[in-house]
Amino acid sequence: MTTFLFFLPFLLVYTVFAVYAERKVSAFIQDRLGPMEAGYYGIAQTVADLLKLLQKEDIVPAAADRKLFLAAPIVIFTVVFAGFAVLPLTSGYAGSTAEVGVFYLLAIISLDVIGILMAGWGSNSKYALFGALRAVAQIISYEIPLGLSILCVVMISQTLDLQEISFQQGIWIHDKPTYPGLLQENYLFGLKALGIETTHIGGILTWNIFRMPLFFIAFIIFFIASLAECNRAPFDLPEAESELIGGFHTEYSGFRWALIMLSEYGMMLLVSFLGAILFLGSWNTPLPNMGVVKLAEWTSGSPGSVAGHLWGGFWLISKALILVLVQMWIRWTYPRLRVDQLMALCWKYLIPASLILLLLSGVWRLLMI
Amino acid sequence: MNTYWLNIKYAVSSLYTGLKLSFRHILEANESRKPIGMADTTYFQQQTGIVTLQYPHQSIAVPDNGRYRLHNEIDDCIVCDKCAKICPVNCIEIEPIRAVEEIGKTSDGTSKRIYAAKFDIDMGKCCFCGLCTTVCPTECLTMTKAYDFSEYDVADHNYAFAEMTPLEILEKKQKLEVFAREKEAKAAALKANAPKEDTPGAGIPKPSFKPKLNVRPVAKPLNIEEKPADDAKAMALEIMRKKNDAANRSAQAKPVFRPLIKSTETPPSIDQEEKKEEKDPVPAPSKPIFRPRPMMKKPKDEGEAEK
Ligand code: SF4
Ligand code: SF4
Repeated sequence: MTTFLFFLPFLLVYTVFAVYAERKVSAFIQDRLGPMEAGYYGIAQTVADLLKLLQKEDIVPAAADRKLFLAAPIVIFTVVFAGFAVLPLTSGYAGSTAEVGVFYLLAIISLDVIGILMAGWGSNSKYALFGALRAVAQIISYEIPLGLSILCVVMISQTLDLQEISFQQGIWIHDKPTYPGLLQENYLFGLKALGIETTHIGGILTWNIFRMPLFFIAFIIFFIASLAECNRAPFDLPEAESELIGGFHTEYSGFRWALIMLSEYGMMLLVSFLGAILFLGSWNTPLPNMGVVKLAEWTSGSPGSVAGHLWGGFWLISKALILVLVQMWIRWTYPRLRVDQLMALCWKYLIPASLILLLLSGVWRLLMI
Repeated sequence: MNTYWLNIKYAVSSLYTGLKLSFRHILEANESRKPIGMADTTYFQQQTGIVTLQYPHQSIAVPDNGRYRLHNEIDDCIVCDKCAKICPVNCIEIEPIRAVEEIGKTSDGTSKRIYAAKFDIDMGKCCFCGLCTTVCPTECLTMTKAYDFSEYDVADHNYAFAEMTPLEILEKKQKLEVFAREKEAKAAALKANAPKEDTPGAGIPKPSFKPKLNVRPVAKPLNIEEKPADDAKAMALEIMRKKNDAANRSAQAKPVFRPLIKSTETPPSIDQEEKKEEKDPVPAPSKPIFRPRPMMKKPKDEGEAEK
């Protein structure tokens, strides 16, 4: 329910601004101005585009498999949107408090492939089919490094509950809905032997990426794999405007096309949220308590209070949006990979690296207790 | 195995360089190039920042002697038809009506004796070669610095410079008709009265070729003097003139050259011309037939001679 109340409107508003931001970021990187005419500095451009899209005819090609074609965008969007259900937003507001949130998320993201395949196959067009085949090959391959890097976090946190993982990364570690046998205190770099307790210092020092310094590499692997999962450049082979005319959504128009775009941006946001929750301290503040200067406490309210909600939401959403911006920055910097390079990167580099990291995480976990 | 690690190292460093590069451009995007042209001394100074020119709102100044849209100062146009002839894409359309007398002077003192019922330039066809402005004897046809003249209807690319109303056109046409008829009647009467004088007169037009050829070299330097722009143009003109000469000689259209001989003197009005012609013992009936030709086909010679 909370997902519908918060994430659905948020997703719509976010998409409008993300498309605008994407166009501006690409323009600035290329020394251009981007949209400037609709509204102040072109701010209403996406709204205008959206209104235009909604008025457009919903064309179904004569040779298409009508049922698959019509259902595909809905499947894609539903899957992406369902992913938001388990995201904790603030310390007191966690959506569905499923104990297997991470597992659910991984499973539901993979369902995306079915929608894409439906769209590509149902269109009965060579471009769409090529796009869909590439998408399937790519998403299934990159699921492995993605899953392994998430598994590293799960190993350190010893839980699949996203809210629990969030609590472990901040000063409110004692306020969490405890499961027996979990950590109750944090040490610098997770090493108990160092003897520097950071439980009450909080801030960036208790983020997963600091609790286990090697998570920096895990985060990069996660980030690369997540780019591939949401078909973003440099892994946008399934869409490849220059060769596949848009790939699996070549034949779509009007509202259905808008829905596919919406799910693409939704997917970007979802993986950014996931990255922020797993590695970057979730809704916890980045500012640590330093002696009497209790920055961490000042910039995050206690769980359940109004301040807690506001600060939590603020930190998590800003982290996610910054990650989305980084995704755009990367998109407009790198060229698209070739299919063989894509597979080589996944199987030869990312998967071995994440397997080693998994092993190291297990060892690190032993050092934390 | 070694290449494996080298690949990773190379990938990391090149990805990092790429990100740094594009981030620098994002930071530089807080400033834009000013809408200044090449003429400005600071044109090359700003190397970074946004280069977009928001065209309808901003624009770079074009030089005052820009060669864009054509303009015809119709008051100065002697309707010599040169521009229409030289245009490689035939985008100038002129409909001349011969006046029965001199109708005025242009600002440089050339007398005007042809009305322009229609002077249309189709800028949609124009290739902006500028030839028409080069040949224009009175320099009334010029290229202006206006370059933004896009239209919603392609028909709007046609620029009409003639200022005559349909009524005026009709009136002038009727005048010319009446004049031609009168002249025909007079000539017929003359022929009936003095048929004997015809025979000696037949030889007279022939020597008229020679003075005409003498006139040409005079006209040429004049042309070059006026448009010293480049020799190529002068040469092109010369070639065209020679062609015309050849055509004229083969045609042997005698009365055609008549105004030319006279024009070595002070430019006479048509009336005077007609009077002289009446005295001339030239075969009279041929005149009305050839009369329209000097106007339609030979205005070039006329225009040159008038200079
Ligand atoms: S500029 Fe060239 S193409 Fe255009 S009207 Fe003049 S002669 Fe014709
Ligand atoms: S060449 Fe000049 S004077 Fe002659 S008709 Fe054209 S515009 Fe008029």
